[in-house]
Amino acid sequence: MDPLTRNDQTLDGRPSADPGRSTAPLIEARGLVKRFGELTAVDGVDVEVAPGEAFGFLGPNGAGKSSIMRMIGAVSPPTAGHLRVLGMDPQTDGPALRARLGVVPQEDSLDQQLTVAENLAIYGRFFDLPRSVIRARIDELLEFVQLGDRADSKVDPLSGGMKRRLVIARALINEPSLVLLDEPTTGLDPQARHALWDRLYRLKQRGVTLILTTHYMDEAEQLCDRLVVMDHGRIIVEGAPRQLIADHASREVVELRFHPGGQDGAVEQLAGIGEHLEELPDRLLISADDADAAVRAVHDRGVEPATVMTRRSTLEDVFLRLTGRTLVD
Amino acid sequence: MTTPLAVRVLEGHARSYRHTWRGTTVSAIATPVLFLAAMGLGLGTLVDEGTGGGIDGISYLAWLAPGLLAVSAMQNGAGDGAFPVLAGMRWVRDYHAAIATPVRPADLMLGNLAWATIRLAALLTVFVVVAAAFGALPLGRGLLAVGPGLLVGVATCAVVSAFMASRKSDEALAGLFRFVIVPLFLFSGAFFPLDELPTAVQPLARINPVWHGVELSRAVALDIPTRMGWPVHVGALVLVLAAGIAWGIRSFTRSLRS
Ligand SMILES: Nc1ncnc2c1ncn2[C@@H]1O[C@H](COP(=O)(O)OP(=O)(O)OP(=O)(O)O)[C@@H](O)[C@H]1O
Ligand SMILES: [Mg+2]
Repeated sequence: MDPLTRNDQTLDGRPSADPGRSTAPLIEARGLVKRFGELTAVDGVDVEVAPGEAFGFLGPNGAGKSSIMRMIGAVSPPTAGHLRVLGMDPQTDGPALRARLGVVPQEDSLDQQLTVAENLAIYGRFFDLPRSVIRARIDELLEFVQLGDRADSKVDPLSGGMKRRLVIARALINEPSLVLLDEPTTGLDPQARHALWDRLYRLKQRGVTLILTTHYMDEAEQLCDRLVVMDHGRIIVEGAPRQLIADHASREVVELRFHPGGQDGAVEQLAGIGEHLEELPDRLLISADDADAAVRAVHDRGVEPATVMTRRSTLEDVFLRLTGRTLVD
Repeated sequence: MTTPLAVRVLEGHARSYRHTWRGTTVSAIATPVLFLAAMGLGLGTLVDEGTGGGIDGISYLAWLAPGLLAVSAMQNGAGDGAFPVLAGMRWVRDYHAAIATPVRPADLMLGNLAWATIRLAALLTVFVVVAAAFGALPLGRGLLAVGPGLLVGVATCAVVSAFMASRKSDEALAGLFRFVIVPLFLFSGAFFPLDELPTAVQPLARINPVWHGVELSRAVALDIPTRMGWPVHVGALVLVLAAGIAWGIRSFTRSLRS
């Protein structure tokens, strides 16, 4: 479909009952740029997100993920480029657009002095929802994020995972069809992360479109149908998680860790094993389709690492292969 | 459009206040009472026994009380301008959460100002009642002085919130109070007539917008004429308020919509 034609269709009126229209992208960005003075935070990004999709922006610190989210959320004007969200222009239809979005910002920004329910109530009023509707939704949402028994407790003593779930409940108070989640699980322990993923998965099953940013590859693999990997404000690759791993990494990875000083000599000795050898400050990574064969080859060459670990390739390896850097260290 | 959403913001402030009103009310009332006791009674005895016998024939306590009303309105207005804005933008960041909804930065600015107006009106009324019980003010005329006091407080709140929103960090907070609010407080004409200052610096002190509020408040409470006529004094304060609102809407928008 020609993007320009589709754009004209969205412009000329309200969404109709035409089933062909329902697949029009919820988000459409072309050549999106965001500059802060001299610094270019987002440097020409093109994306399209379809209704019902879970779409991820993945990248290291400073890649420009939050800047994109804030432009999509109509709180930060793009410096250049074309952006449509739910068929609206964030710059001219800001309030109407924000009324239909749910936003989970990178920082919780909850009022610690207030109770759980009060935080939701105040936020609900910002959408001009009637008090009775807000009351009903608070009960329902707290149930959904498993905080039903904490409605009247203060926010301050809640755990990080509980606060994050509360922020998700807050983002859902206006029953949005599109939810933006900026690093939903950063800083949480594994158990809290899994609890959160489970909630997000349920949202997705209800047909809510999710846009999320993360620097955790496993999170992207768990939640995203499709994602872009970003670095320095640019998209370096786009695709489904499985596809990206298949295209840009071997099937398996061998991680070799050495006693202090042992790693330096090993790099030359291991040359040629597997498809690719990557040297990191604390370990060597060998990409190979057959990890066991690679491990045997390592031993055959007389290299004695302190530990050897084999695992499946992840998006982390894709990022490493494409940029030569790790995502989180 | 602006008004209803600003009212939603105001509602939010009112809801938070249920948890914090005790502490803030106690300190807001205790401070002027301490000043009335220390300066009005302590220092006042000295002044009243002096050659002039009070100030312009008025006992120092009676002369001080309406001025104190205006300067405590300024101080509370400054606090209501600075702290919610710093919390909203930096410490709690709830302003950033709010602007992800249909609420706009201007609504946050005006909502905070509206809330400060209500809080100040209540506070100043209590101040007058307490000062009247002290014998420092006649209750009826004292209550009329809440008007000018409110104007001073709200104008200060508008300007201070605009200033705080224009800063990139909270470092300016200490400097603002030390180098701006305290001098305005001391040289407002609340504690001594500005005529007592050296002639050279008098025009400087008369630029102080708080002085206009002190003049008005005192004129209303004591039923005496103002220095420059009330339209000038009211006009000066309204000008500051209008400038504060215009600057505030700009700086809130700039800071939150980067
Ligand atoms: N309001 C701002 N003013 C100036 N520079 C900014 C602003 N917001 C972001 N930046 C800069 O833009 C770049 C991209 O920031 P952004 O927050 O979008 O990255 P990110 O991918 O979300 O990073 P992180 O993973 O750390 O959250 C960074 O260099 C950041 O310092
Ligand atoms: Mg970010």
